[in-house]
Amino acid sequence: EKTKEGFFSKITKAVVGKSTVDEEVLDDLEEVLVTSDVGVTTTLKIIERIEERVARDKYINTSELNGILRDEIQQLLAENNSNDFENFAYGQHKPYVIMVVGVNGVGKTTTIGKLAHKLKQAGNSVVLGAADTFRAAAVDQIKLWGERVGVRVVAQAMGSDPASVAFDTVQSAVANQEDVVIIDTAGRLHNKLALMNELTKIKNVMKKVVPGAPHEILLVLDASTGQNAIEQCKQFTQATDVNALALTKLDGTAKGGVVIGISDQFKIPVKYIGVGERINDLQLFNKKEFVDSLFK
Amino acid sequence: MFDNLQDKLDRAFKVLKGQGNITEINVAETVKEIRKALLDADVNYKTAKAFTDEVKQKALGENVLNSISPGQLLTKIMNDELTKLMGGTTSDIELGKNPTVILIAGLNGAGKTTFTGKLAKYLKEKRGKNPLLVAGDVYRPAAIDQLEVLAQQVDVPVYTNRASSDPIAIAEEGVAEAKKNGQNVVIVDTAGRLAIDEGLMQEIAAVKEATQPHEILFVVDSMTGQDAVNTAKAFNDRLDFTGVVLTKLDGDTRGGAALSIKSVVNKPIKFIGTGEKMDALDVFHPDRMASRILGMGDVVSLVERA
Ligand SMILES: Nc1nc2c(ncn2[C@@H]2O[C@H](COP(=O)(O)OP(=O)(O)OP(=O)(O)O)[C@@H](O)[C@H]2O)c(=O)[nH]1
Ligand SMILES: Nc1nc2c(ncn2[C@@H]2O[C@H](COP(=O)(O)OP(=O)(O)OP(=O)(O)O)[C@@H](O)[C@H]2O)c(=O)[nH]1
Ligand SMILES: [Mg+2]
Ligand SMILES: [Mg+2]
Repeated sequence: EKTKEGFFSKITKAVVGKSTVDEEVLDDLEEVLVTSDVGVTTTLKIIERIEERVARDKYINTSELNGILRDEIQQLLAENNSNDFENFAYGQHKPYVIMVVGVNGVGKTTTIGKLAHKLKQAGNSVVLGAADTFRAAAVDQIKLWGERVGVRVVAQAMGSDPASVAFDTVQSAVANQEDVVIIDTAGRLHNKLALMNELTKIKNVMKKVVPGAPHEILLVLDASTGQNAIEQCKQFTQATDVNALALTKLDGTAKGGVVIGISDQFKIPVKYIGVGERINDLQLFNKKEFVDSLFK
Repeated sequence: MFDNLQDKLDRAFKVLKGQGNITEINVAETVKEIRKALLDADVNYKTAKAFTDEVKQKALGENVLNSISPGQLLTKIMNDELTKLMGGTTSDIELGKNPTVILIAGLNGAGKTTFTGKLAKYLKEKRGKNPLLVAGDVYRPAAIDQLEVLAQQVDVPVYTNRASSDPIAIAEEGVAEAKKNGQNVVIVDTAGRLAIDEGLMQEIAAVKEATQPHEILFVVDSMTGQDAVNTAKAFNDRLDFTGVVLTKLDGDTRGGAALSIKSVVNKPIKFIGTGEKMDALDVFHPDRMASRILGMGDVVSLVERA
C-alpha cells in the first residue's frame, strides 16, 4: 500500500539537489497514475506537462514539485473551465429535468435515491420516473427509494415503453408544479445500438412536454471501471448529449482516475460522487480533494 | 483504441521486420507497445510489467529462422505466455455433493444476482440438477424481489425469509430447506460489498463458516480497472474462493482484469456472463480471453501482413 508520505518521500529522495525531474520520479509518478486508472495516454500527457514546467522553471525543489504535480492534474480536470459545483441548486427551470444514464450496475438508481434526498432537503419537491422497465424488480427498487426519501414515483408495469414512462413523469410534474424530475433508465452497454437508440428516444420525448428538457443528462460511472469508461462516455454522449458525470463507489479502494482523461477529452464536468449505499452518501465533486486522494 | 494499437504495433513491427535475431534494441519499442496495450486493456500495472519482462527475456537472443520473422516469433511467445497465465485449460464446477452448496460473492453491482439466476438455469438444463436459490441479500432495496423474478424466469424455486435481516441464518435455513426437499444444489446470493467494509466481510466469512460451501464464486465486472487486484486479493484472503465469474463481456471491454486477477490469486475463471438474459452464460476459455486482452486478432493479422 502506497501512502501519501511514501510517494512524496520517494520524490524527495529523487529530486533533492537535482535540477531536473529524473527518470525514477517519473516512473513512480507513472505508477501512481496508471494504478489509479488514469490511463497511459493521460498519464503521459501529465508527465509531459511536468517535464515542460521543470524545464521552464529550471530548478524546482521538492515541495514545489509536489504542488506542480497536483496543479497539473487539477488543471486537466478543469480544462472545461468548469468550477466545482458548490451546492445542489440548479437554476431557473421548472421543472428541472434530470435524466440518468449508464452501463449496468454502476449505481444509477441508488444515485437517484440519494440525489432526490439532497434536493428534497434543499426544499424542492421531487418526482422520480421509473423508466427502467426491463431489469428484474427495477421498478420495485426505485419505489422503495421513493418511500425512503419520501418522494413520489411515477411508474408503469414492467415491460412497458420507457419513453412513455418518462413522458408521463414530466407531464405529471408539470401538472403538480413539482420542482425536479429525475428519470431512471435501464442499464445498457454502450455497444448495443438498439438500446442506445432507445435512450435517444427517451430523451427526445421529454421536450415535447417541457421545451429544453432534459436539462441535465447525468452519466453515472463506477469508480472501479477502467479504461472502458472512456468508450462509455463517448457512446452515451453521442446518444444523449451527456452534460454531467457522477462517479460512484468512491468509498472503496478504486480511485476513479479515469475521469481525469474523460473530463479532459470530453469537457464534461464531474458533478456528484457516491461514497456509500446509504441515503446520505452523495457529495458534490471537489477537484482538489479528488486529486489529493490519488496520492493517498 | 483498437486502430491506435494496430498503428503502433505496425510501426513497432516495421523495426523488427527483416532483422535476423532479436536484440535488446530491436525489441524495446515493441515491448513498450505491448505493455501500453496491456495497460490500455486494464491489466494491472505490476502484472503488465512482469508479463512484458518475461516476454522480453524469452525473446532476447532467440535466433530467428529465415522462415519466420522476429514479429512472428514475438507474437508466438506473447500468445503462449498469456494463455499459460490465463490458466491453460477450462475448469469445471464442483457438483458431486448432495446438496452442493455454492456461495456467490463480490462487489456492488458486479452481476451476482443475475449470475445466480443464470447458473440455476444452466445447472438445471445442461447438468440435470435440481437447484434451490437462496435470497441472502437483506440490504439492497428489492434484492429479494429481483431474485424471485429471476427464479421464476428460470423456473427454479427460491428460499426467502423476508422477516429476517440475518444473512447467516437465511443461508443456513436455505441449505436445510434444500435437504428437506431433496434439492441437490443450493446457490446462495449475497449482498454486494466492498472489500474494505470490515463488518460486511466478516459477515460473508460467517456465511461461509455456517454453510461450508463446496464452491465460492467471486463475481467480477469485466470492465474493472486497476483495482481488480486489490479486491480479488481481499475477497480471496477472506473467503479462499474456488473460482471467478467474469460478467458483462458482451461489452467492448478488453477485460485485462481477468489477467490481473488470475495472476494475483491464481484461481480458475469458471464462467463468463455475456448479457442480461438468463441464457447469456458461457464457460470460460482461456485462449479466447488471452486474444481479447491483447487484441491478438490485430497482432496476428499484422504478422500475416508483414
Ligand atoms: N459502496 C457503494 N455502493 C454503491 C454506491 N452506489 C451504488 N452502490 C451499490 O451498487 C449496486 C448497484 O446499484 P444500482 O443503483 O442498482 O445500480 P444501477 O446502475 O441502477 O443498476 P442497473 O439498473 O441494474 O443497471 C447496489 O448494491 C448499490 O447499493 C456507492 O457510492 N458506494
Ligand atoms: N450486459 C450485461 N449485463 C449484465 C450481465 N450480468 C449482469 N448484468 C446487469 O448488471 C446489473 C447488475 O446486476 P446484478 O445481478 O443486480 O448485480 P449484483 O452483483 O447482484 O448487484 P448488488 O446485489 O447490488 O451488489 C443489472 O443491470 C444486470 O442486468 C452481463 O453479463 N451482461
Ligand atoms: Mg437501476
Ligand atoms: Mg444482487
